[in-house]
Amino acid sequence: MIKTDNLSKKFNTTLAVDNLNLEVSEGEVFGFLGPNGAGKTTTVRMLTSLIGPTTGSAIVNGFQIGKQDTEIRRSVGILTETPGMYDNLSAEFNLEIYANLYEVKDPKGQVEKYLRMLGLWDRRMDAAGTFSKGMKQKLAIARALLHEPRILFLDEPTAALDPEAAHLVHDFITELQKEGRTIFLCTHNLDEADRLCDRVGVFKSHLLVLDTPANLRSQLFGRRVVFHLARADESIASSIKLLPFVREAKVIENKLLVSLEDPEIHNPEIIRTLVGAGADIQFVGELRHSLEDVYLELVKNA
Amino acid sequence: MNKIKTIVRKEWAEVFKNRMVLFSVIFLPLFLSVLPLIILYSMGGSAANSANADLPAQFQQFCKTNMNAGQCMQYYIVSEFLIMFMLIPLFIPVNIASYSIVGEKTTRSLEPLLATPISTSELLAGKNLASVIPAIIATWIGFAIFAIGTLIITGGSALASALLDPMWLIAVFIAGPLMAVLSVNFSIMVSSRVNDPRVAEQLSAVIILPLLAVFFGQIAGLFILNSTLILIMCIVLLLVDVLMVYLAVRLFQRETILTRWK
Repeated sequence: MIKTDNLSKKFNTTLAVDNLNLEVSEGEVFGFLGPNGAGKTTTVRMLTSLIGPTTGSAIVNGFQIGKQDTEIRRSVGILTETPGMYDNLSAEFNLEIYANLYEVKDPKGQVEKYLRMLGLWDRRMDAAGTFSKGMKQKLAIARALLHEPRILFLDEPTAALDPEAAHLVHDFITELQKEGRTIFLCTHNLDEADRLCDRVGVFKSHLLVLDTPANLRSQLFGRRVVFHLARADESIASSIKLLPFVREAKVIENKLLVSLEDPEIHNPEIIRTLVGAGADIQFVGELRHSLEDVYLELVKNA
Repeated sequence: MNKIKTIVRKEWAEVFKNRMVLFSVIFLPLFLSVLPLIILYSMGGSAANSANADLPAQFQQFCKTNMNAGQCMQYYIVSEFLIMFMLIPLFIPVNIASYSIVGEKTTRSLEPLLATPISTSELLAGKNLASVIPAIIATWIGFAIFAIGTLIITGGSALASALLDPMWLIAVFIAGPLMAVLSVNFSIMVSSRVNDPRVAEQLSAVIILPLLAVFFGQIAGLFILNSTLILIMCIVLLLVDVLMVYLAVRLFQRETILTRWK
């Protein structure tokens, strides 16, 4: 669906995007993460044919950027960083304008479909300027979907939204994913990326890593299991350290923290060893690193 | 064509929600149409006593043989307003066109608009028509008011037919629209290069200066507008318009506009 080949963009002396190589498959939700000014929006603008690359190339939905720009614009939907609605015009008219510009066959029908789907039908005659941020964002999402694009570029879709509005947008993205659409999601919200994305790429002018959130966590930090014991001491930790698959074991208060590769396979043996050593196990759980930990670690070292 | 129509509809829906813009589109042509009528009406008695000798020498040749001295003086005074009917289509669209691109920038609606499969030519054609059409319609309505008023005040005399001669018709129906196209494309060029609507409006207003120079030149008696001069003006305007449309499209650099705008 999306394939870039050494895609680069330079503004005067600033290299905004440096040799980006990535591939996003059909139906995938791809999270594009990076700090402010990392070049995420520039990348989205190149992939939606709003601006051209300095060097390199990209294929979007089978069309080449720079050569088939109109076809690309026709076949992708974009939610820009700010909704950019015409505030004096009604919600319905705003969408009708875009339905016509996207050459939608049944503009009125499509406008009604998405206004209803996003719960804005009752407010269709109200000026977009009277809408809350969340409603404007929903209207902008509807605008991006009017022509039923197979690829959607969402640039910070939940930025500045309250938790309830953000939750609605997340649910909607999940629905779109179920429909088999490819979603290219630029976000600062790492929980959002963790929840929604099949794979994420951490980007700072160039791609730092590209993998599933779970794999990234595992690669950077390994996996850790915490055993809550009635009483923990160093002798118990020592007995666990003897197990060949245990990387590290340490006691913090009455908790035993064990680093290992594959908890699903090795946890039973640890539990048997602990019981054999006379430990009373109260709870067992995985100590998860958030995607934020992964992100911060990567960006810090970039 | 559908996309151009959509842009025109959108522009009008936005622009005419602003009462000040609506006021400027209606008030100026109305004022400039009624003012010569008031002069014509008030001169009715006093002009009759004037002699042809009071007129500039270049103008006397335009006085028809069936006009008396008073009518000829009235014709001269009112003719000074001819240029106003060329000023209206130049002035009115500045308001609309100068805001057309920079307005999209300030409301952040330009990026989603440019992300649609609309071409630069279609976008600018829509923006052009949205500004040119109201200007032309307002000018023509203003001229209709002026023409009907003239016929009523003068009772359909030789003066009335002189004021509705080919020179006036060419000025209003050919030079006027060409002026509007010139003004709109200049304003669009300015609008796409600046980041502040106020700057766009101020800079766009510069387009009025050359015509004002013609206006004051005529008042000062440096020259008198006649059919030949108007025709030459139309040909020059046509060439300048073609150049302006070309430049407006060339200077509308999507990438520059998007990336330089903060």
